[in-house]
Amino acid sequence: MTEASAKAAPAAHRQDGEWKRRWARLRRNRAALFGGSMILLYTLIALLAPLISPGDPAAPNLISALEGPSAGRLLGTDELGRSILARIIHGSRISLLIALGVVSVGLLIGVPTGLISGYYGGRVDFVIQRLTDMMLAFPGFLLALALVSVLGVGLKNTVISIGISMIPLYIRLVRAQSLAVREQVYVEAAKAVGTRDGKILLHHVLPNVMVPIIVQTSLGMGMAILFAAGLGFLGLGVQPPQPEWGAMLGSGRSYIFHAPHVATFPGLAIFFAVLGFNLLGDGLRDALDPRMKA
Amino acid sequence: MSATGVQAAVSQSQAILALQGLRVHFQTYEGRVTAVDGVDLEVQRGETLGLVGESGCGKSVTALSILRLLPSPPASFEGRILFGDMDLLKLSPEKIRLIRGNAISMIFQEPMTSLNPVMTVGRQIAEAVRLHQGVSAQEGWERAVDMLRLVQIPSPRQRAREYPHRMSGGMRQRAMIAMALSCHPQLLLADEPTTALDVTIQAQIMDLMLRLKEEFQTSIVLITHDLGLIAETAARVAVMYAGQLVEEAGVKDLFRQPLHPYTQGLLGSIPVIGHKFETGRRLLQEIPGVVPSLLDMPPGCPFHPRCSQVMEVCSREAPLLLDKGEGRKVRCWLWR
Amino acid sequence: MLQYVIKRLLYTVPVLIGISILLFIMLRALPGDPAQVLAGELASQEDIQNIRVQLGLDKPIHVQYARFLFRLSHLDLGRSARTQNPVIQEIWARLPNTFLLAVVATGLACLIGIPAGIISAIKPYGWLDNLVTSGALFGISMPVFWLGLMLVVVFSVILHWLPAGGTGGVEHVILPSVTLAAFVVAFIARMTRSSMLEVLNQDYITTARSKGLQEKVVIIRHALHNALIPIITVIGLQFGMLLGGAVLTETVFAWPGLGRLIVDSILARDYPMIQGVILIFGLLYILVNLVVDMLYALVDPRIRYD
Repeated sequence: MTEASAKAAPAAHRQDGEWKRRWARLRRNRAALFGGSMILLYTLIALLAPLISPGDPAAPNLISALEGPSAGRLLGTDELGRSILARIIHGSRISLLIALGVVSVGLLIGVPTGLISGYYGGRVDFVIQRLTDMMLAFPGFLLALALVSVLGVGLKNTVISIGISMIPLYIRLVRAQSLAVREQVYVEAAKAVGTRDGKILLHHVLPNVMVPIIVQTSLGMGMAILFAAGLGFLGLGVQPPQPEWGAMLGSGRSYIFHAPHVATFPGLAIFFAVLGFNLLGDGLRDALDPRMKA
Repeated sequence: MSATGVQAAVSQSQAILALQGLRVHFQTYEGRVTAVDGVDLEVQRGETLGLVGESGCGKSVTALSILRLLPSPPASFEGRILFGDMDLLKLSPEKIRLIRGNAISMIFQEPMTSLNPVMTVGRQIAEAVRLHQGVSAQEGWERAVDMLRLVQIPSPRQRAREYPHRMSGGMRQRAMIAMALSCHPQLLLADEPTTALDVTIQAQIMDLMLRLKEEFQTSIVLITHDLGLIAETAARVAVMYAGQLVEEAGVKDLFRQPLHPYTQGLLGSIPVIGHKFETGRRLLQEIPGVVPSLLDMPPGCPFHPRCSQVMEVCSREAPLLLDKGEGRKVRCWLWR
Repeated sequence: MLQYVIKRLLYTVPVLIGISILLFIMLRALPGDPAQVLAGELASQEDIQNIRVQLGLDKPIHVQYARFLFRLSHLDLGRSARTQNPVIQEIWARLPNTFLLAVVATGLACLIGIPAGIISAIKPYGWLDNLVTSGALFGISMPVFWLGLMLVVVFSVILHWLPAGGTGGVEHVILPSVTLAAFVVAFIARMTRSSMLEVLNQDYITTARSKGLQEKVVIIRHALHNALIPIITVIGLQFGMLLGGAVLTETVFAWPGLGRLIVDSILARDYPMIQGVILIFGLLYILVNLVVDMLYALVDPRIRYD
């Protein structure tokens, strides 16, 4: 009455079959598929922007300023006569770039810190946790805003500020997982055999932390676009004349009374991008580990 | 039908519970799975029936089906579950609720998670009493304290006011037993009641259960994978494999002469202390192979790939349950 | 319980100190000379030096920090470079407005979000659940400032039902609080749903059913309490977020709250004000967290006795 010796297999082997099953679940998950397609669409648009853009996003043409949607200009023109559609298309490059930049910052700094904090515990953990507490003492957007006030405006600083405000999220997430994994028997076994800490972290802890990281990254990219748009709206993010969607909304705000389309369409662009990332994140969470809490 | 009406209807017959051709199917992503495949079982009044098998053989599903605790899609049922002369599978939800915790109770494996963490123990016990016997809050509380005393929890009045996380595993299980027996049910379904407990506590809990069984004249269906437990507490045993009943016998008969190769394998794998000293070193026997996945059952007899006495017919046709008389039943081509 | 409270309080002290140090360093490490900025473009070197002395910027850094802490303990956050009024006064004037919005928005969010989450958890994947889940997804993906603008377009420009901004009567509170509430409702609905689903899968729910309780009773008496425990934390945190994160909504609706204050201060490089508001935000958020922790202990008996 013995089970097959599945338990003796190293954690690495278990990962293979597990990932195959996860991939199968992912492909079945409608949310993930839908969200993923939206993101793919946005990415394609961003990559092919110069080719598909119906005009120059930067060329002002005051004669045709503030015209509503028409046959020639599908989404109308803004206050400087520029094609809103063209600006939105080019704006996708900016937003996606920001999203990538922000999660990169969060991942590169947050994940190793969280791993160390959770795995080693003790004083290192205490200090890191207090620092994280400090950062989390502010709502994320406010933190980004505060950082922008110090660093200044512009694309680079936007990425840095929002990225920094995302770091504590990753630290918390990764730390919680490493704490859990640290207690697992296979980690004890690896240590008993004399495996170096670095290897344990890389081969045992990290793979098990992957799932929440992946989910958080998708959600984080959506959040980054939202935050960047918020900063842009306030005039503290990417600066005009760059066609960042939030900034477009910000400058279009003054015209909502007689030309509401200027503010409406960039907002829709933001909305669908964030929706896509959120859908994907939800789908990933359901497919990769149904046990995770929202 | 009142609660007392329920109890009365059953006392006419001798067999308190009769499962007839019970089949339980689950609809899953990968297809329809049959967790219980044609089980016929009877529980007599006042007896302890042991239901034995490995994890996943369908014994828990069988018990949960009796009280209709399986969510009904995705589960679907065939056959009959007779409690007295009522078919439990056909009862309306209102009527089933009259039976739960009242005429038939259940206790579960994990005392740590089976009690509501934000409700006092006393209140959880009193809840059942108040529901089925319509007593006041005060009275319900008194009865809860009484039950706690009955299950030998010290300072019951104080304990009743506590939350489950303050109690040890053994104490929690006692509280569960108190809760289950609070309305003097005629049948107790015990799903691995001591599996999650220390061995020493196990013995205490089983003693308690048997004593209370005598006192309340309750029949027990004891579900477990622990054969030692069965040997000490059950009068009759039913062995399940892959959703089917493969052998049934009185406990002494089963242990003395197991008929089905699976049962033989189970018994052979029990380590015996001192055996080596008496009869020389003997390797612990195991049953080779693994329990088949319910999605991928072998043709013919589900046990044949692992059977040491397999014959040609076993891989072609599934054997039927044969009643050999004297309470012995076996599902195996060896005995046809 | 008392131990728990004290421990939590103690933890906030290093955090507060840390924030104050960080702020202090941040604002001193800025490129550019605050004295120069305060003095303005046309000031003479002498004026600038005067201001520098006045601000104590000529003293060594640790002396500056000590003075900073001292003034902090007296709630003296300096004067706004923009309006010359005491920072604390400006903050105090606007805090109730932000508070009002946060309370109304959170209240709305709970009234709608919690029942929505519960209902969708009871019949998962049913049509009601799909509706709630989709709605919630939309709610958390929507840029709040865009929603605000769209609401203004519809209700103010097109329908002329509600004002486009500013304070006044109830009609002025509606649009901003609904805008703010959108995200929170969505968030709370999602959290309630997933918390309920998780609770409904627990063993003790099966035990409750096995006692013969009606499903209604099982859900309300057994499941809900357990499900709400993590939700309370979420609600509290969201409230804290709203206190600080209403920046965008306040801007859209010209609502005179702390959020607008900080944006205006950043745009005007009013450093004392920025510093003051951030500090107050941090303090408020920490206080909210503390209250949430206490509520948590109240609601979850397991925490109470540890």
